Amino acid sequence: MSLHELSDEQREIRELAARFADEVIVPQAPAWDREHTFPKEVFAQLGELGLMGVCIPQELGGAGADFVSYILVMEQLSRGDAGVGTAIGVHIGAGQLPILAHGTAEQQERLVPPLAQGHELAAFALTESGSGSDAGALRTRADAAQRLTGTKQWITNGSHAHVFNVFARDDDDGRISAFLVRRGAPGFAVTREEEKMGQHSSSTADLVFEATPSERLGTPGAGMRIALSTLDGGRIGIAAQATGIAQAALDLAVGYAKERRAFGRAIGGFQAIQQKLADMQTEIEAARALTLRAARLKQAGRPHTVEGAQAKLFASAVARRQTGEAIQVLGGYGYTKEFPAERYYRDAKVTEIYEGTSEIQRLVIARALLGEAARES
Amino acid sequence: MKICVLVKEVPDAAVQKRIDPSTGRMDRNGEKNLNPYDTHAIEAAMQIREGGAVEVDEIVAVTMGPSTAIRALHKAVSLGADRSVHLSDDALAGSDVAATGYALAQTLKRESPDLVLLGQQSDDGECYTIGAVVADHLQMPSLTQVIQMDVEAGPPTQLRCERQAEYGYDTVQVELPAVISVGDAINEPRYPSLKAIMGAKKKPLDALAIGDVDIAADRVGESGSKVICGDFKAPPAKSAGEIIEDEDTNETVEKIVAWLDERKLI
Repeated sequence: MSLHELSDEQREIRELAARFADEVIVPQAPAWDREHTFPKEVFAQLGELGLMGVCIPQELGGAGADFVSYILVMEQLSRGDAGVGTAIGVHIGAGQLPILAHGTAEQQERLVPPLAQGHELAAFALTESGSGSDAGALRTRADAAQRLTGTKQWITNGSHAHVFNVFARDDDDGRISAFLVRRGAPGFAVTREEEKMGQHSSSTADLVFEATPSERLGTPGAGMRIALSTLDGGRIGIAAQATGIAQAALDLAVGYAKERRAFGRAIGGFQAIQQKLADMQTEIEAARALTLRAARLKQAGRPHTVEGAQAKLFASAVARRQTGEAIQVLGGYGYTKEFPAERYYRDAKVTEIYEGTSEIQRLVIARALLGEAARES
Repeated sequence: MKICVLVKEVPDAAVQKRIDPSTGRMDRNGEKNLNPYDTHAIEAAMQIREGGAVEVDEIVAVTMGPSTAIRALHKAVSLGADRSVHLSDDALAGSDVAATGYALAQTLKRESPDLVLLGQQSDDGECYTIGAVVADHLQMPSLTQVIQMDVEAGPPTQLRCERQAEYGYDTVQVELPAVISVGDAINEPRYPSLKAIMGAKKKPLDALAIGDVDIAADRVGESGSKVICGDFKAPPAKSAGEIIEDEDTNETVEKIVAWLDERKLI
């Protein structure tokens, strides 16, 4: 990316996030991965800098920057540690932005400032054991008094969040609505922290609601619309995250290729390695370009569903493929825990799964191409 | 107390620097950034303000450079400066160190600072000299390569500075006003907050031309500069070093000792 594509503020914000990633996140990321640590203190620091509410209006405690800035921050923080990117992506993209888009003024003023300043964390509770890609099959119920009953699975930030956007089916008409629940509400419990292949610094938890009091977010029956529009924007964040992970892998591979010697020369002198690195960088730049394109459309208030799906589909595949290539450049060392290449590889895989699998992204793209013809069974 | 911090826009550290053979000047087309050493000078000013030994009324970032240099000023302001001054004029293009120092000194006279801070070197020219030239024009004492600075409230206000010299460290007491260039060991510049970044363009910025600060046109720019550049050569390539692999530490130590002994270094 040429930095000339960015405004002065976007450049400075990107540089701030990059510096924070290099100085604070990168040195600690291996230990977080090894010890499965959720780095709470880092989120407090990010809050002080304004990075927990990058694109939230200043009146609500945010920094007042634009969505593109948030995407630039996502890439840089994820370059440092993918788990930090996941936590921020959910906290801002799936936590605060839906409240801004669908909450009442009173809800926004009450709930958003502590989130935007990093005093509290947000989460997004849609997935259940029997409903992932088929989100509409969810079974959590809301009674007439908006008390929620059901279980949610794989909820990012679940063990640490204070505010949850929860999706449930209204008892009276069976339609899906969105609700807000605060941590500590009666009948709310975190039951289990998931053991995962990668992203060990992020929290992925199961939640239980037993007649848990909640408040509505948006109008009754608008749940699926709120969920899907949240995921539309969220995918751009995940595309940025995937780009950041891939960039970290490339940076590592380039540094290694300059230093590692074989057959009397640095391995970067061999065309086999040069070709690999050139392909890696080209694909990463393409992923970044698609991601920024989608982000700019969303920023401009234009449709971005397909562009976001394309960015996520492409960037997540680049991340999975190129983190594998980085291991290949490092050879046997890449397969050891002495170098972060294997962590990048483990961290990258899930970007093809969460916020809509690659198969769902293709479905979104194909439906836009084919219209009704894509829906005929 | 008023502190002026001299800042400069330089090619970004990631950019490969090259001399444009047709002009004899550095190619500045690539990405640019605030000179990293100057961020330490701004931080030093902020720490004087926050230290409380003296009251700092104002921290003013001052630069000379083309229109793009405004970005360096915005960055300086996001790091804590209250306002900025931008000296920009076509007549200044091609100024050497002496001409630049004169122009900056003329600009600083308008501000009457009690203390002028700057990074000890710029990431492009690496001259280390601009502070001394400015101080000479302002008739102020000059200290360079300062890595520690303690304020002793007056009157007269004094600074106790430690400077890093080739032979060790000097401790120097200096009475203000003074011009002090700082090294990067002096502090760790803080992160600008996002709010500061977003608000940087709203802070006052004075745009000045040479006529505004009584700069004589014949003393600046290419024609007013006495330095003539040319016949640039790349530094001679260093011969490859000898790498001693540490397979057996006792053996490694023996090899190193033998190597030093051969050269009569021990």
